Amino acid sequence: MTYYTFAFYAFAAIILLSAYAVVTSKNVIYSAFSLMLTFFGVAGFYALLGADFIAIVQLIVYVGGILTLMLFGVMLTNKITETEIKTGVFQVLPASIIIGMFSGVLIASISNNRWTVAEKLNNPQNSLVGIGSILMNEYILIFELLGVLLLIALIGAASIARK
Amino acid sequence: MNITLNHFLIVSSLLFSFGLYGIVTRKNAVMVLMGIELILNAANINFLAFSRYSNSIDFGQVAALFVIILAAAESAIALAIVLNIYKTFVNINVDEIDKLRE
Amino acid sequence: MNDISFIQAALAVLFLPLFGFTVTLFFGKRFSKMYLFEVAIISIALAISIYLLFMKLVYFTDAKFVAQIPWINMGDMPGFGKMVIDLGIMIDNVTVIMLFVVCLISALVHYFSIAYMKGDKRYNRYFAYLGIFTFSMLGIVFAHNMLMIYIFWELVGLSSYLLIGFWYEKKSASDASKKAFLVNRVGDIGMLAGILLLFTTYHTFTFDVIFEQIKAGQLPFNSGFWMTVTGILLFCGAIGKSAQFPLHVWLPDAMEGPTPVSALIHAATMVAAGVYLTLRIFPLLTGDALLFIAIIGALSAFIPATIALTQNDIKKVLAYSTISQLGYMTMAIGVGAYSYAFFHLVTHAFFKAGLFLGSGSVIHAMHHEQDIQQMGGLKNKLPITYYTILMYSLAISGIPLTSGFLSKDGILASAYAFGGLTGHQIFAYTGFLVALMTAFYMFRLVFLTFHGEPRNQHKYDHAHESPALMTAPLITLAILSVFAFYTANPFDAGKGWVMSSWIKTPGSVVPEVLRYPFMVEKKTESAENAHEAAIPEQQVNIVHSEEYTEAMHHAHLPAMLLSLLVALAGIGTAYLFYMKKVVDVDKLTSKIKPLYLFSLNKWYFDELYAATFVAFTMGVSKVLAWFDSYIVDGIVNGSASITKYLSNASNLFDKYVVDGLVNFMAIFSGFLGIFVRKFQTGKVQTYIVMVAFSLIVLLFIFI
Repeated sequence: MTYYTFAFYAFAAIILLSAYAVVTSKNVIYSAFSLMLTFFGVAGFYALLGADFIAIVQLIVYVGGILTLMLFGVMLTNKITETEIKTGVFQVLPASIIIGMFSGVLIASISNNRWTVAEKLNNPQNSLVGIGSILMNEYILIFELLGVLLLIALIGAASIARK
Repeated sequence: MNITLNHFLIVSSLLFSFGLYGIVTRKNAVMVLMGIELILNAANINFLAFSRYSNSIDFGQVAALFVIILAAAESAIALAIVLNIYKTFVNINVDEIDKLRE
Repeated sequence: MNDISFIQAALAVLFLPLFGFTVTLFFGKRFSKMYLFEVAIISIALAISIYLLFMKLVYFTDAKFVAQIPWINMGDMPGFGKMVIDLGIMIDNVTVIMLFVVCLISALVHYFSIAYMKGDKRYNRYFAYLGIFTFSMLGIVFAHNMLMIYIFWELVGLSSYLLIGFWYEKKSASDASKKAFLVNRVGDIGMLAGILLLFTTYHTFTFDVIFEQIKAGQLPFNSGFWMTVTGILLFCGAIGKSAQFPLHVWLPDAMEGPTPVSALIHAATMVAAGVYLTLRIFPLLTGDALLFIAIIGALSAFIPATIALTQNDIKKVLAYSTISQLGYMTMAIGVGAYSYAFFHLVTHAFFKAGLFLGSGSVIHAMHHEQDIQQMGGLKNKLPITYYTILMYSLAISGIPLTSGFLSKDGILASAYAFGGLTGHQIFAYTGFLVALMTAFYMFRLVFLTFHGEPRNQHKYDHAHESPALMTAPLITLAILSVFAFYTANPFDAGKGWVMSSWIKTPGSVVPEVLRYPFMVEKKTESAENAHEAAIPEQQVNIVHSEEYTEAMHHAHLPAMLLSLLVALAGIGTAYLFYMKKVVDVDKLTSKIKPLYLFSLNKWYFDELYAATFVAFTMGVSKVLAWFDSYIVDGIVNGSASITKYLSNASNLFDKYVVDGLVNFMAIFSGFLGIFVRKFQTGKVQTYIVMVAFSLIVLLFIFI
């Protein structure tokens, strides 16, 4: 068992366990913190897949930005004075059955499929240069549009929340 | 035992299923958003895994980057809406909010 | 100036009045001064027409301009042959002279109307109507085919209808307009039949082509009889439009319209259209048709003249005199005097328009009093009107030095010569008799109106001379009634430029056996041998034989003297009767009361027609009404009840079978809805579960 394999299983365990905690925990605050753990695990997966830049972005944006936003959302929408911030569930049984079947079918089809994979994998390099050149060449329009989109989202979110 | 593409895909599909479960079963709107984030992460894992195993790592990373950007925008807007709903209904349980106005 | 510019100028003259009509009609309600536009338009048209007249008569005396476009091209029709209908205009000397007459009188009437119609509430519309009339009349003048003539023929009928009934609030005016329209229709049916006969035979409406084919020997149904019938049918249109016997009854009633309209339409131009049409079809008229036309003309000249002797309405007298003069023209055509007929048309247009405008001036001065028994002594009050009317009366009576003398003398001489050549002396006698009566009733009118003591002192005191806008047209027309415009020799029109060079009688094209004997050129031996190829053309160019020319020459002097004599006799009688009062008119009339009443009541034509045609039509209508209400309505009602029973049956079917099915479907879908509603929770999450489930199903199916 190489370090790579060990790291994979470790991160996979972190991801799946924390994700399970996210969706099953009764307390929203617990869910939020479990979600942070999940994002960590996913960031580790990104690193394993040779995407160092994306892994860092994942940490900064998700853990530093989105998760904080979620926590604020949780706290602002529940009465802080209440000792436990709980949340109800519904249609658990049909959802469990169908989603269990769904994931079974999904895994079965993934396993049965013969994916076309490269013969020999390249050693991962620092990907920052590649991403930068692609963003500034092939995807320049999309890049600019996303910038505009973010601006719109910023203004829109501010104006919606202010009302 | 070598780690293959399938390993990553299976983990991502499980993550996806958890996200879907969260969306479907939780009443709290913030929890639904968390489920969506899980699904987006699963998709991102798939992007990167496929690009890694087809030796074209940069393009998958760019796609993943776009997904992260969109997720950030989406969650900002969604949380703003959730705040607004809370102000209006004093409640963010999605099964009880079935009116577009007070 | 070449062909093209000629045609363009003609088209401009033709369409200018239409433009004026459209603009004046549509903007007349908004701008009260819109009539000035129409007046300006007609003045431009007059200027162009004078230019055309001058150019054509001076520089292109013998030319004939034709322009045409194919209007409807039906191609090769089975069982009929090639069928192309052309629209086109033709300009020859007759056209431009007629064009000038129409434009001049129309313009003068426009000017006259500005003053005469002042204060009318439909002032602008009146001018718009004058515009459409002028357009239609010019269309007849320019037309080079029968179809166009027919189209514009109906258009003048329409504008005449509109103008007679212009004061439609008056019952008599609206009745008169309807009468004019309907009586004209009777004649037009004949004309349409004639046109269709020509079309089925020659497959074209164009005059020149028809004439050529007749010359080549093709006749309707290959018989001379049908040729005659065609000519007479076409002439029926002229009978209606020119108010010839027996369809003359509408014209006196048409005097209900405004007086300037009477001058323009019912004296000078439209009624002359009938004569103009007869002139256009002159080449295809056979000897028998011409004789028929001459008889109609003689009757139309004689009967209204006798009626005019006793009428007291100033406009009625003039109306009957118009019919009588038109009868003269028709008779002239009938006796083969084509050029004199047209000449009389022109001169008559001027002095008759003048007479009507003059009577308009009198009526205007007398505050719409039309009875000459109420007038008298107006000579001092209306000097300009008096002298111009005197001039016209001299012209219509045929006193030397006037235009009327020239043309009337020509017609009488032709009739006289005709009598000598064919033995039909009756036309000449009628002509002289009518001339006597014309002089008498015209001067009766003049004496009663302008001389003697005022018989209605109140109206006399308020009479006043008309404004310059009304007297100027009168003076213009009076000047045009002087001989000098037509010939240098006041006693012989034949030597003048109008008769000798401008108006050329077109050659007859019908086979020689069908013509009058004097219209066939006698072939001399040498001509037959030497110019065999040239003979047919010569035949066409020379209309009348030498015999005829000689007869005309001999007839000229006695006819002139005799006509002068009867004219003077007529004037003298009128003078004795109404000025000197040598004979007590009242006593005379009571002595010959039946005759007097017969004349005063217009030979009882209206009563006769009311008792026969109108009563017959009413009877037929009653029978038809009975048929309608009992048989047609019965069928309709019967089918209605059958339909009702059928619908009752289908109603039952509907109620129980169709409705039952529909209700069953409704209940079924209601139950289905109750069942399906359980899945429609309105929650997004439930739907997501279902989507996932569906996805599983799809995956199972496809993988």
